[in-house]
Amino acid sequence: MSTQPNHRDPQFPERHYLNETYGIRSWLLTTDHKRIALLYLASVTFFFFVGGFFAMMIRLHLLTPSGYLLSADNYNRMFTMHGVTMVFFFLIPSIPAILGNFLIPLMVGAKDLAFPKINLLSWYIYIVGGAFTLYSMINGGLDTGWTFYTPFSTVYSNSAVAPAVVGVFITGFSSILTGLNFLVTVHTMRAPGMTWFRLPLFVWTHYATSIVMILGTPVIAITLALAAMERLFGLGFFNPAMGGDPILFQHLFWFYSHPAVYIMILPSMGVISELIPTFARKKLFGYHFVAAASLAIAVIGFLVWAHHMFLTGQSTYAALAFSFLTFLVAVPSAIKVFNWVATLFGGSISFDTPMLYAFGFLGLFLIGGLTGLFLGCLGVDIHIHDTYFVVAHFHYIMVGGAVMGYLGGLHFWWPKITGRMYPEWLARIAALILFVGFNLTFFPQFVLGYLGMPRRYHVYPPEFQVYNVMSTAGASILAVGYLLPMIYLTWAAFFGKVAGDNPWPATGLEWKTASPPPTENFPVTPEVTWEPYDFHDRPDLGLDVTHMPEVAPAHGDD
Amino acid sequence: MHRTGELYGQFKTLEQQKDTASLGMWIFLVTEVMFFGGIMLAYTLNRHVYFTAFAMGSNTLSLALGGFNTIVLLASSFTMAMAVWSSQTGKKPLISIFLILTIALGFVFFGVKYVEYSQKFRHHLVPGKSFNIFYCVNNPAGCPDMDAAELATEREELDKAQAQDPDLNAHAQLYYSAYFGMTGLHALHMVIGAGLLFWLLKESKAGRYTPQWNTPVDLVGLYWHFVDIVWIYLFPLLYLIDRHK
Repeated sequence: MSTQPNHRDPQFPERHYLNETYGIRSWLLTTDHKRIALLYLASVTFFFFVGGFFAMMIRLHLLTPSGYLLSADNYNRMFTMHGVTMVFFFLIPSIPAILGNFLIPLMVGAKDLAFPKINLLSWYIYIVGGAFTLYSMINGGLDTGWTFYTPFSTVYSNSAVAPAVVGVFITGFSSILTGLNFLVTVHTMRAPGMTWFRLPLFVWTHYATSIVMILGTPVIAITLALAAMERLFGLGFFNPAMGGDPILFQHLFWFYSHPAVYIMILPSMGVISELIPTFARKKLFGYHFVAAASLAIAVIGFLVWAHHMFLTGQSTYAALAFSFLTFLVAVPSAIKVFNWVATLFGGSISFDTPMLYAFGFLGLFLIGGLTGLFLGCLGVDIHIHDTYFVVAHFHYIMVGGAVMGYLGGLHFWWPKITGRMYPEWLARIAALILFVGFNLTFFPQFVLGYLGMPRRYHVYPPEFQVYNVMSTAGASILAVGYLLPMIYLTWAAFFGKVAGDNPWPATGLEWKTASPPPTENFPVTPEVTWEPYDFHDRPDLGLDVTHMPEVAPAHGDD
Repeated sequence: MHRTGELYGQFKTLEQQKDTASLGMWIFLVTEVMFFGGIMLAYTLNRHVYFTAFAMGSNTLSLALGGFNTIVLLASSFTMAMAVWSSQTGKKPLISIFLILTIALGFVFFGVKYVEYSQKFRHHLVPGKSFNIFYCVNNPAGCPDMDAAELATEREELDKAQAQDPDLNAHAQLYYSAYFGMTGLHALHMVIGAGLLFWLLKESKAGRYTPQWNTPVDLVGLYWHFVDIVWIYLFPLLYLIDRHK
């Protein structure tokens, strides 16, 4: 790696958060945000592979037009459980609860989050919610789709809906408490000199994410509570037999579940905003705009939910407004993409693994975002609503965007978390496998959707088989791409090369302490005197700045 | 986490700790507003669509019991505020006294709520298969707590409502869904609040709260007032629909 030589032999610290105390109790009763992040890492990874198993069942079943593997009913259960697991137990907690938990106190220069006990509580809540949902899964599963639409979920479904709904309801509180913790930490726990506009964008995007968690999650909580009470005790808000309104459920559900998409993608954007300046050796272009765009996404994201309901017979004028707002929310996302690309321009780019993931993110998020605009068009949506086009679109955002950012971040901060480097070449190959596998899985689904294959069907006309075979083949490659990092990152945590405090080097405060950090994060409270992503005024990074551009040339190469 | 007296390890000063805790509580209350907001939206929509059924349902509630409970809760907010004041001014014995008063008023509220709920169960006014808004007027023997005059007025009102909304029995269930959903969630919040008050009482008896450090009293106070405010909304929304005639 070209970026290594600034370090004299990196030393592994003698005392750090991993060896401060020993034993299972010291982990299960810890209030250290870094250890809680690792607890989340283990449990979220578990749910990721549970959800991945359901995904593989879906893809294997769809290998043939008549679907040999599963009955129609079991197929319904598979895609439902895939969605529920991935959305509520992987995507929403992934970056915030793992990387955010680990990094936010380090990035703002605090000893811990504002409420360490509540942080631990939120992990336990997550586990209890997960247990309820797993209970539903091993009791026959549920078949409502991850959206739990009423009155099917409340009256007609014969599957184990109630425990899953209760599980998701409970898990919501873990998300609320995490968001609350982050928000308060950013407000009150910043180190001296860490002004708002010196915060890393990772912190800004988590701030925006926390706002969505705090304002959105309680609404899904009450909605699922009402749905559960309807199924269990016969309340009637969503039951047409009593004059209740199933569309009300959809409104309430999407009031959270659309912003929830931003809970998944904003933290990933935060990761990308860290990776690109680091590996382009250049100040992020338009820092203030990227920070403000995060907040704009959080705010406008609350005003677009009914674009999931264009075909429910809502008023044309409402649909027009929601379509317009949907286009509007694309603007701050585009601002971010343009700023990342502008940062690359004239930078001194290195192709380390995290940067490969960042590049993957840029391309896939672009496709996912633009196809989102197709879906936001009233006329086009009528044609592609509930087809594989939608499936491909949100997988490009959630897997192509959120998971690429998650894995990029995991690689980038793995040396900080474990103190050891992962095997670089293997990691680059895995990133490439992931990118290829991902596109092979999901690009054909755009075509399928455009040609009219509906989502959630367990059979399809034979002429669609070639695209489905491509998709299933891609999913198998994708699976390899996910297994590889799990294996070599685990290996690296124990046997990798010692990384040193700041192996990249990067500019954030988290790199100023040891890797792995001591329990109290910083031996002395740090004082921040530099601007974010500034490689020039940082002699401590040991970079030769004479050949590095300070900012992008304003008029091309002149 | 390293405890140094009253200061938790992640903070530098007591002031920072207090600001942090109170910001956290206020944000939590924001989430509570959103939580109750969802069910209030369901209420508003259905009240708009099925006004007759909602007015009919509201008229079966006892204004006296609801009004009494409103006064009880307002009084408990006063005693809670006094507990906070006592802790801030260092009047240690008073803290416990006011906390006990607050808990007692909370239990009076539960008692009245129990009376109201059990009456609704007896009158077949709980949403579900056995729901029947005509139960009392058709089976006076099943409702011994209603006298003949009351039953006659109720029959008259029900007939009028039925004429306006032929599906009254179904739609009235939506009113009671709102009633039990909203008051049930409110009561659940009060149970949690009562638990917190007992914890405060235990700590205050141990003399933990001083003018320098009384954050838990302060924050539980905020929570208790919030739950009180929710009731201030629920009372008119549920008890006072179309009472002017």
